[in-house]
Amino acid sequence: MSVKLKALLKSPWVFHLSTGSCNNCDIEILDCLTPRFDIERFGMLLASSIRHADVLLVTGSGNRKSMEIVKRLYEQMPKPGLVVAIGECAMSRGMFIHSYNCPVPIDKIIPVDVYIPGCPPKPEAIIAGVVKLIEKLNKRK
Amino acid sequence: MIYLLDPLIYLLIYGFLLTAIMGLIASWIDRKVTARVQYRVGPPLLQPLIDIIKLLGKETLIPEGASKITFLMAPIIGFSGVVLVSTILWINNIDPTKSFMGDLIVVLYLLVVPSISIIMGGFASRNPLASLGASREMKLIMGYELPFILAVLVPVIHTHSIRLGNIVSYQATNGIFIGSLSGFLAWIVVILCVQAKLALVPFDMPEAETEIVGGPLIEYSGSGLAVYRLMKNMMLFTLPFFVMILFMGGWKFEGIYSLTGLLKYIGVVAIITVIRNTNPRVRIDQAVKFFWGPMTIIAIIAVILAFLGK
Repeated sequence: MSVKLKALLKSPWVFHLSTGSCNNCDIEILDCLTPRFDIERFGMLLASSIRHADVLLVTGSGNRKSMEIVKRLYEQMPKPGLVVAIGECAMSRGMFIHSYNCPVPIDKIIPVDVYIPGCPPKPEAIIAGVVKLIEKLNKRK
Repeated sequence: MIYLLDPLIYLLIYGFLLTAIMGLIASWIDRKVTARVQYRVGPPLLQPLIDIIKLLGKETLIPEGASKITFLMAPIIGFSGVVLVSTILWINNIDPTKSFMGDLIVVLYLLVVPSISIIMGGFASRNPLASLGASREMKLIMGYELPFILAVLVPVIHTHSIRLGNIVSYQATNGIFIGSLSGFLAWIVVILCVQAKLALVPFDMPEAETEIVGGPLIEYSGSGLAVYRLMKNMMLFTLPFFVMILFMGGWKFEGIYSLTGLLKYIGVVAIITVIRNTNPRVRIDQAVKFFWGPMTIIAIIAVILAFLGK
């Protein structure tokens, strides 16, 4: 594995984007930063600007207006970058699946690397999902 | 040939390599102490280095309509300023005879270069938040430079010299300045100015993450951000080192003294980190008032006391 990818996996800075979620998933993401879970142990930081980020955390069902923003943010993220879809809505639109305002799930717009189910997922589940993503990339070499 | 080789060794080995290593360790101490204050575990030792390696491997994006050359040159200008300052400081601690007259003034000028590079980068990136951060940085420089230079005058008045080497050797024979009343007052002023120079809380309004999302660095990605981060980490070594030379007797490299020098350095970094972790962010007008009011008055009192020989 290249040094580039190894360093990326040891210090993934996350940027967190809500595409119209009910805020539950966002609160659970912020829980990961609290002393009980402390993701800085793994070198993860919450980046304030998308230009600094390596991982894009997407929550929410993604409506017509926010989909353009999701696409633009993905293009603005410096590559190599990863995308994590958090919560039922980001995976399959959840209860909004028949809504006129949510035509397609997020993974039809941008490539998603890992899905974390739950409504909302626990912080443990989010950390476990990211660890699985890192393991997958480590095996791929 | 040998005349050319000697400055090069100082510039590359001491000025760049050793300063970078010490700066990365200092940045780790800062993050670890912050984490422990908040009852967290904190990052592993190599984390600052891994961050920089990762950023060097990432894509560098240039925002549309930005001034390309200034945007890419700004980090390098600031970085070279830090390397030059730390080279002068190391030479003064290792072999004071190699330094030149008036290097204190050169150091004072060069210490402003990193802040100026941040202002340049912020304005060049064509982002309203970055411009806001850069303008705050400019006001902050205007605020802290006056008390900083007044406080630096105290050791100069004591030693009657503007050579850093003379200041270090004077303290070796006559006791360190922080022990005298004027030196102690000036040291307090300098520590708070260092806090502002490093843009740490309570004076981090140029980079206030919660209101202007990183300020001047918002548009930087990849290697530009890596150079800026390395520059900031090296500043975290250079400025406490400068304070040590001026007020705490420098860092001698003979036997037990090298260990006490290390302890002094870690102590200064720990004080800066504790100030950072126990204070809220102030507004820019409050900061300028603070530096032009109480800090300048304390610095003037320290200068008068130094003239009286206290």
